[in-house]
Amino acid sequence: MGQRTPLYDLHLALGAKMVDFGGWDMPLHYGSQVEEHHQVRRECGVFDVSHMCVVDVSGEQAQAYLQRLLANDVARLQTPGKALYSAMLNEQGGVIDDLIVYLTEEGYRLVLNAGTRDKDLAWMHAQTAEFAVEVRERRDLAVLAIQGPKARARVAELVTQARAALIHELKPFQGLPEGDWFIARTGYTGEDGLEIVLPVTEVVSFLNDLVGAGISPIGLGARDTLRLEAGMNLYGQDMDEQVSPLAANMAWTIAWEPAARDFIGRPALEVQRAAGCPSKLVGLVLEERGVLRAHQVVRVDGIGEGEITSGSFSPTLNKSIALARVPAATGDRAEVEIRGKWYPVRVVRPGFVRNGKTLI
Amino acid sequence: MSNIPADLRYAASHEWARLEADGSVTVGISDHAQEALGDVVFIELPEVGKQLNAGQEAGVVESVKAASDIYAPVGGEVIAINEALADSPESVNSDPYGSWFFKLKPSAVSELDKLLDAAAYQAAADADA
Repeated sequence: MGQRTPLYDLHLALGAKMVDFGGWDMPLHYGSQVEEHHQVRRECGVFDVSHMCVVDVSGEQAQAYLQRLLANDVARLQTPGKALYSAMLNEQGGVIDDLIVYLTEEGYRLVLNAGTRDKDLAWMHAQTAEFAVEVRERRDLAVLAIQGPKARARVAELVTQARAALIHELKPFQGLPEGDWFIARTGYTGEDGLEIVLPVTEVVSFLNDLVGAGISPIGLGARDTLRLEAGMNLYGQDMDEQVSPLAANMAWTIAWEPAARDFIGRPALEVQRAAGCPSKLVGLVLEERGVLRAHQVVRVDGIGEGEITSGSFSPTLNKSIALARVPAATGDRAEVEIRGKWYPVRVVRPGFVRNGKTLI
Repeated sequence: MSNIPADLRYAASHEWARLEADGSVTVGISDHAQEALGDVVFIELPEVGKQLNAGQEAGVVESVKAASDIYAPVGGEVIAINEALADSPESVNSDPYGSWFFKLKPSAVSELDKLLDAAAYQAAADADA
């Protein structure tokens, strides 16, 4: 038996097929992951993401601490509500985790991956020694994501007036509190939507309200196909501690300026940058029938080989797509080995669907 | 609890087989199998005319989760394949016993007796769970 969110019983009552995810018992789907995927792109759906780790950082040197800890620079967050996506690196420049950090009135709020929770917290606490900072895991909070073109409108109908007003005002990638809820216009699907952090004592009732109003519950199966279509990385598959952010399509998240900001992993990363990173993370599209899957070998004629890191069937495109780590010189064609045979694939930038529209 | 019609025979590898009035054998995959696979997206069927032995690989079912081989439950010649599955692979999930994969002219009808009946398949499926 894995760890359970406060919504475990409700998932079962809704007909969820449960699976283990990073040590948590989570819903894979509630009937059809393909249908759930379509529902999010067409209207909206709600995900239980309470297995993720919410951490509040406060204190006099909270900013300095995070400027050392994270590869992106929190000093770019000038007003409460602003957020950024960052890697947290080790000394070798490998990725410990990827996360979103929000500037709040009290300091900063970070949301970390479920599977890396213990590792991340131990690392974060170890780095506090030289700083006047407090790092507090918020086990009293749950998280729901409501994603899709109709998400904000549907949720606004079901919450207090003050929260509805906030939802209407939120700009993309902004997160603000209202009472003891924290509402952010962020997500992991490539659609508009919200991620709501609320007390564990209120999440069952709120999910009941959402589902009762006809909003479909969505499982992890669809979550994976949605994020893959959006070109978003999954920690543990597309990158891990052995992988540089430069080889994981995360170079844009590194804040090199100011040059004097000595974040953990910077020296190693500078060496890599100077030498040129030998690999890159790209998108692959299989034009014929078949499914690309993690660990399949990618061959690039005259250049070398790589490997698929994440692959699946794209319900929105009705073909198979993948993310793959390949030699830096790879152009726009390659071949993938599927069950002993080689199939041609198109190489594209990661990101296949955004706001319901095909990018490729 | 999956659906296991009493009038069919089953292979341990989760294919169902039905002896038709004309002596042919229709083959598909069970409710238990489609449930375990998740949403089916592609199906590779054998070619008409192919000779198969009992237990031989006959095709592939590709779901979002994994690719799974389908095996001929009895030996015979493939006399028909269900072309409709190419356009609606998801029908295997919604109607596993109506969505047949292929039909065989069996080499030996007695091979059907070696397959599991509904009760035996139920027991095997329960043990699998």
